[in-house]
Amino acid sequence: MRPEPPRRIADYSPLAFPAVMLTVFFVVPFGIMVMVSFFRRQQGGFYTPDFVLESYARFLSTFFGGVLSFSLGLAACVALICVIVGFPFTYELARAKRWVQVSWLVALLSVLSLSEVIIGFAWSTLLSRTAGISNLLVWLGMMDKPVALTPNFGAVLTGMVYQAFPYTVLVLYPAMARLDPTLMEAARTLGSHPLKAFLTVVVPALRNTIVATFIMVFVFALGSYLLPQLLGRPQHWTLSVLITDQAVYQSNMPFAAAMAVFLVLVTLSLVGLALLVGRKDAAT
Amino acid sequence: MTGTLFRRVLFGLVALFMAAPLIVIAGVSVNAQRTLVFPPVGFSMRWYGSVFTDAAWRGSLTASVVVATLAAALAVCIAFPLSWFLWRRHAPWARVFQMLGTAPFVLPPVITALGFLAFWTTVGAYGQPWTVVVAHGIFFVTLPLVTLSLGFASIDRSLVEAASTMGADDRTILRTIVLPLIRPYLISGFAFAFVLSLNEYIVAYMAVGFTLETLPIKIFNSLRYGYTPTMAAVSILFVAVAALIFGLIARFGDLPKLLGAWSSKD
Repeated sequence: MRPEPPRRIADYSPLAFPAVMLTVFFVVPFGIMVMVSFFRRQQGGFYTPDFVLESYARFLSTFFGGVLSFSLGLAACVALICVIVGFPFTYELARAKRWVQVSWLVALLSVLSLSEVIIGFAWSTLLSRTAGISNLLVWLGMMDKPVALTPNFGAVLTGMVYQAFPYTVLVLYPAMARLDPTLMEAARTLGSHPLKAFLTVVVPALRNTIVATFIMVFVFALGSYLLPQLLGRPQHWTLSVLITDQAVYQSNMPFAAAMAVFLVLVTLSLVGLALLVGRKDAAT
Repeated sequence: MTGTLFRRVLFGLVALFMAAPLIVIAGVSVNAQRTLVFPPVGFSMRWYGSVFTDAAWRGSLTASVVVATLAAALAVCIAFPLSWFLWRRHAPWARVFQMLGTAPFVLPPVITALGFLAFWTTVGAYGQPWTVVVAHGIFFVTLPLVTLSLGFASIDRSLVEAASTMGADDRTILRTIVLPLIRPYLISGFAFAFVLSLNEYIVAYMAVGFTLETLPIKIFNSLRYGYTPTMAAVSILFVAVAALIFGLIARFGDLPKLLGAWSSKD
């Protein structure tokens, strides 16, 4: 049976509740946010309806440029590390026994669903002086006394890789699971070393998947808003942190909204690009 | 076999990296004393007890569970009729709503959070406890939407056709054929939304941060006054709940299939 086009008004009735909810509670808030980004800010945290580009003009400051380039650079580092480790990992995972796969998927989903608050807390404990990994090194005699390994850039990067890695694997997993196993077999039969076969057959076959995954992880990492605060110093703050800070602590909604609109544009163009690139893989 | 060795080493290293912070907070959570030290000094389960006995922590726990349950239910209530319609009817323009349902999940969370902050302030409901239920319900609608679309795709259409030829109307088809077949996908969609809502911070914070402390907000607020073993105990409980729920989904459903289609939704 093919799905029929709706004919009577009653045929549309299942759509009513979802359409109203999504419009009222997603489209309208989004619209308000875009409007607020053009409003004029008043002293004391209020704003009045207006059409000014004041908030957008602040983008031209060197401070904002610094935050933006830091956010993009950090997200790129996170995505690069995650894809480099995640690609061979997911390849092996998709070829492991079923119970091994299921156990890993449960573990990865559990970590992925963890609150950023908890991840930040766990890593700042792990990297701390009193309860951290350096105590282990002291105990092993490799260090003289425990040191604090946070806050710094390395800690932010580690925490964000930890958060994004399960996501990377889950994005790569479907393509890897559907990858034709005969490709690798053919290469091996013809006498290729496993590593060479992997690099010359699997990697090129999934080139577009890799690019699309890189972009998706990049976008995911752009959304990290607590780890830079918990594991880094103010100079490690990203655009997401800055938006939260402006909205909640500085009470500058127009500026926060303008940055959010900008972030949406960046994200949507990247996701569009990822979808475009991801479609092209023929080997899966 | 070099291949197997490589796999073992890689899996071992990744497992160590993923487990390390959890091992440390698990160790910290059973410390006998109040300070955070690792390896733990003494052994005590009292910090786990204090999550339930301390009025503030118990309040947050209750708030989080109530919010997550209602939000996941709302997400399913939005996703179910939508995916039913998309499966039953040929209406390409209705895909717009599917995109709207997916958007909050793809965009950085701070966007949705800020949108809701602006919205609740404008309509004058800012800080009302129920606003976070609506916010989470919308924010996580993607998850039941994806599992349900997958579930509908797996239903054999000839079953519906047979029922329809024999005179069953939509309501009967829905009740006698679709619901029993779609139930596992309905439950996993609810479970995904529930776990994520339990852990969600930024949307909840911007909606009700100053009036209602969900657990993640409570943990974050407590971080400012220093680290306590109770926070570690709560964190471990969260990991355990997530692992239990996803474990159950894996036990009673087909997790690889569920995740295999996850990103093919695009």
